[in-house]
Amino acid sequence: MSSERSARLGLRTIALAYLGALLFVPVGLVLYRTFQPGIAEVWASITTPAAIHAFQLTMMVTLIAVPLNTVLGVLAALVIVRGRFRGKALLDMLIDLPFAISPIVIGLSLIFVYGQTGWFGSALADAGVQIIFSWPGIALATIFVTLPFVVREVVPVLREVGTEQEQAAATLGASPWQTFGRVTLPAIRWGVAYGVVLSTARAIGEFGAVSVVSGHIAGQTETLTLLVEQRFQNFNVAGAYAASALLAVIALGTLLAMTLIKPRKEHA
Amino acid sequence: MISVTGVSKRFGDFLALDDVSLEVPEGSLTALLGPSGSGKSTLLRIVAGLETPDAGAVVIDGNDQTGVPAQRREIGFVFQHYAAFKHMSVRENVAFGLKIRKRPKAEIAARVDELLGIVGLSGYQDRYPSQLSGGQRQRMALARALAVEPRVLLLDEPFGALDANVRADLRRWLRRLHEEVPVTTVIVTHDQEEAMEITDRIAVMHDGRIAQVGPPRELYEQPADDFVMGFLGPVSRLGRRLVRPHDLYITADPRDGALEAMITRVVHLGFEVRVEVVLSGGASLAVQITRGEAEALELRSGDIVWVAPDRPGGSELVAPRPGGAPDASVSV
Repeated sequence: MSSERSARLGLRTIALAYLGALLFVPVGLVLYRTFQPGIAEVWASITTPAAIHAFQLTMMVTLIAVPLNTVLGVLAALVIVRGRFRGKALLDMLIDLPFAISPIVIGLSLIFVYGQTGWFGSALADAGVQIIFSWPGIALATIFVTLPFVVREVVPVLREVGTEQEQAAATLGASPWQTFGRVTLPAIRWGVAYGVVLSTARAIGEFGAVSVVSGHIAGQTETLTLLVEQRFQNFNVAGAYAASALLAVIALGTLLAMTLIKPRKEHA
Repeated sequence: MISVTGVSKRFGDFLALDDVSLEVPEGSLTALLGPSGSGKSTLLRIVAGLETPDAGAVVIDGNDQTGVPAQRREIGFVFQHYAAFKHMSVRENVAFGLKIRKRPKAEIAARVDELLGIVGLSGYQDRYPSQLSGGQRQRMALARALAVEPRVLLLDEPFGALDANVRADLRRWLRRLHEEVPVTTVIVTHDQEEAMEITDRIAVMHDGRIAQVGPPRELYEQPADDFVMGFLGPVSRLGRRLVRPHDLYITADPRDGALEAMITRVVHLGFEVRVEVVLSGGASLAVQITRGEAEALELRSGDIVWVAPDRPGGSELVAPRPGGAPDASVSV
């Protein structure tokens, strides 16, 4: 009994030390350094026009990418779990592609397709649409890197739920849409919510792919993560810390939201 | 009334239903009885519209339903594993079909209360399915199916996932429920006892076909073939014939048509006694007699007795098969 307890205690200490060295200490240090010059300084630093614009751009891109990937993600999950067609395994694999490919490669491939010398570049330029070095490119890159989250969270839940509840709804007179809205969606809602939280966190924090397609135009195509990098490179360390702290606070907020929406036991 | 004509269904290489026709009379409680893989569930799901037949037609109350989706068939379906809506309370589960039909709130509330009373779940309306026992979940599922006043009620192995005790209770309860709410009901089961106990009619299914349809007693007493006979109750093989163990008689002395046998085991089953014997040819079979008869004969294992398929002193004795020892075996 006691040896078991001390073993458990040891494991906990190791886990906490590991997390502490890798996560708590660096993040804590960022927060400490941020607020060292004083609250007023921090506030001034995150309310400059460039910072406000970066914050707005990040939010806008997130608000485009996350709802889109939620709807398409649920659809894709339904197709993967319920569909019977050739190439299903291929689709299942392709969904994971954004996880497998480095974000920088994703950014470059977007330039190959939509850049000025890319496949659609000249046609789009003629139509007056600029994608690369503009917000649509940033949105595309973000959509691409956050694509798998909702699908990957919903697929196992859909598998576990099965089709009997849906069949029961049909025999009770529900149309396919009513069945989806009243039975399927509520059954997978925690999976969807979890996927949304992860997508949001990634959309806000994405750096690599966005960096390649953005062009780093301050006040125009600079997201929060790019702002941190730009300030850091310009030796504005305090400004970089302040923007980082803002990112960290948003991330903590999303994690908190995830904990709060976790299903209550009796409904599980 | 349900009538199924010429229905066939294939899953890949497997022929699940082979030109099946069946009539289910209005207000009856009919069982589809058969071993797993006999096609009984597939037939039920085709009647419900949850599967589409490759050929044939399904007519309910005179309306051809063959191409009609499940949602417009006005049927009630109960699944083996309840298919409870886990995110809804008992009340919301039962009210589901009525809400879909946009009935007034007061009417829904009254109907749900009435049904929960019928299925014995009054007071459970605010619980969630995970807080109910298996038997309670299935009763909730029945209330949910009955709420919309279906033209037919289809039950797919409804008690298959329950304990033996709960099963027996629910069986009797379903029979009473059917007397209270006499909706045309089809129940799929592989349990012959269940089918015999609660239904008016049984359709025995075997290899995607219907082997025989009739009242339980008729099927038991006049089975169309060996399969039906074997499926509806224990049988002993005597020569080429299959007989019920309780249609065999034991005497201490030889008589015409009786076969010599040695008792291997005497099993007391309460009022009845099962005597397991081995014939001179080496085949074993079972004989079921009353305790009184067993006591009068003072049967003990190792005794030599005489077994015949008719009452001692009766006429029309069946001669043993010509050509030596009968090939006897028992299958119970």
